[in-house]
Amino acid sequence: MSERIFGAMLLLLSIAGVYIGWDLKAPVSYEPVGPNTFPVLVFSLLALCAVGLMVTQRSPTQWPPAHVLRRILGMFLVILAYAWLFDRLGFVLSTFLMTIPLARAFGSTWMQAVAGALGMSLSFYFIFDRLLDVALPAGRWLKPLLG
Amino acid sequence: MEVINHLLNGFVVAGSPINLEMALIGAFLGTIVGMLPGLGPINGVAILLPIAYAMKIPAESSLILLTAVYAGCEFGGRISAILINVPGDAGAVMTTLDGYPMARKGLAGPALSISALASFCGSVIATLGIVAFAPILSKWALAFGPAEYFVLMVLALSCLGGLVGDSMLKALIACLLGLMFSCVGIDSNSGVYRYTFDLIHLSDGIPFIVVVIGVFAVSELMLMLQNLHAGAKAVPVSGRIMFNLQELALTKWTILRSSVVGFFIGVLPGAGASIASAMTYSMERRIAGSDHCFGEGDPRGVAAPEAANNASAYGSLIPMLTLGVPGSGTTAVLIGALTLYNITPGPMLFQEHPVMVWSLIASMFIASVMLLVMNIPLIKFFVKFLSIPNWLLVPGIAAVSLIGVYAIHGTSFDLVLGTLLGGLGYGLRVMNFPMAPFILGFVLGDMMEQNLRRALSISNGEIAILFASPISIGLWVAALAMLVGPRLFKALSKPSGAEPGAKAPG
Repeated sequence: MSERIFGAMLLLLSIAGVYIGWDLKAPVSYEPVGPNTFPVLVFSLLALCAVGLMVTQRSPTQWPPAHVLRRILGMFLVILAYAWLFDRLGFVLSTFLMTIPLARAFGSTWMQAVAGALGMSLSFYFIFDRLLDVALPAGRWLKPLLG
Repeated sequence: MEVINHLLNGFVVAGSPINLEMALIGAFLGTIVGMLPGLGPINGVAILLPIAYAMKIPAESSLILLTAVYAGCEFGGRISAILINVPGDAGAVMTTLDGYPMARKGLAGPALSISALASFCGSVIATLGIVAFAPILSKWALAFGPAEYFVLMVLALSCLGGLVGDSMLKALIACLLGLMFSCVGIDSNSGVYRYTFDLIHLSDGIPFIVVVIGVFAVSELMLMLQNLHAGAKAVPVSGRIMFNLQELALTKWTILRSSVVGFFIGVLPGAGASIASAMTYSMERRIAGSDHCFGEGDPRGVAAPEAANNASAYGSLIPMLTLGVPGSGTTAVLIGALTLYNITPGPMLFQEHPVMVWSLIASMFIASVMLLVMNIPLIKFFVKFLSIPNWLLVPGIAAVSLIGVYAIHGTSFDLVLGTLLGGLGYGLRVMNFPMAPFILGFVLGDMMEQNLRRALSISNGEIAILFASPISIGLWVAALAMLVGPRLFKALSKPSGAEPGAKAPG
């Protein structure tokens, strides 16, 4: 069932893709094949495959049970928030905040989670930013404090 | 003799302190990543690539690092297979069959050392194979025009479509999704903005690293949570570490045979380490006749798959280096790494970047020796890494992955996009869509389009140019054979039956 739904979503996506792609024309063109040909080709093939996915019979997808799926969704949201806060809060704070729920999801105690979060956020900041010269955000909230 | 000269030059470059250091770090990290259940070479390479790029390591050193990681993972995968009965990566699935029983009998040390030796032989034989065959294959390059390149990429995509995963339709969809994402951004020929939705951050297209991290790091973490197994206890490594002469005598032909077979399976585009190790394991079992204890701890049962998976991992570099066609999911990411450094993968690689290619090959010899040293005398040290708990590992991977993505442009847009792609990747993987065609479609998309347009400009829009030369006709035939062949073969050999190991990326 989930594959049918996914197929339908892909079909909508590819129709939208062809619709947008059709009008992609260069103002002045020197070549027989313009910027719209390849995307339209790709999206058309995708539409065909999407229909194929919807009509063919195949073994159903085994989704994990609902409570596991909820945990996975939660983890995804934590990482998404981490990504969004990465340069807003700065590496150290955002990593600290991300590590605690993830560590808990993988079965740590609260103590372990906090200790791990503290150790990891600080040591990674030191290793990457100071030793390896990979610049990490200090955080916008720290900027006024640091001057 | 030209080859010997090139190789010696390669050793000079690969022997420089920074490149030795890269090979050492790569081998070390690769062994650890390979050993950790759930993480395989493709994740290791995907996570380290942005870090290497951010540290502004030159292209050849970065390639040496990533290839060493690839080899290290094939070494490391056997450690958890033998000690906790959980394969560290897809290639080590067969190693559990005899490795774990050996460990239970108190022979963990010999199991580890004989498989390390097998891995080493596999690597060295495959590297010799690359030295022998790759330059010959790359000579074809000179006859390639835009039309041939285009068809070559069609071949590349159909190789993965034909062999990976349980359904050709799904592989095709994965590949088209990859091509779709590659269309985003300014069209370099005409300057038209395509599918950017007025977002400034999309105007340069979606960075390769963002896609790779999303699909192979973020979604991998979600899968780890799904497949959470209670920390299995590792069998302690005690007693003798080294194999004895009797075990060596028993396995020596197994190792040699499996290395050669593994190498040739690896060269076939699309057939990766898991197929190679499964095939050699059953081959050795058949050769052994009645005189064996396969399944209960036969040293040959560990030696065969380990020699084969290392040999095939290196063998899969041949199509990548000579044609730009990846032999496995990991080489698809390596091809992306090349494009990141503005090196066009494909038939011209040996001509245009001989120093890089040959230093890479030389470093593969060096890394094999390093790995052998790490995996026999230092094995007790590495076993300690098995006790890293997941609750520390998972946030660590999340942090390192995002550090790498952040390092390219320094925007949180890339991070959020990568995470969203990770969510998509998770869904696709649960629904059994193979990820290698996806990543390859994304990597090759731009080049494919450029070559198609160039070819059609030459012919003034005549499609016939794509079928004009004998080379392109040959490539079309090969592409078709790759798509249809495996299915035909399967249909002929057995009418029905389950397909094992379809989910694991090579």
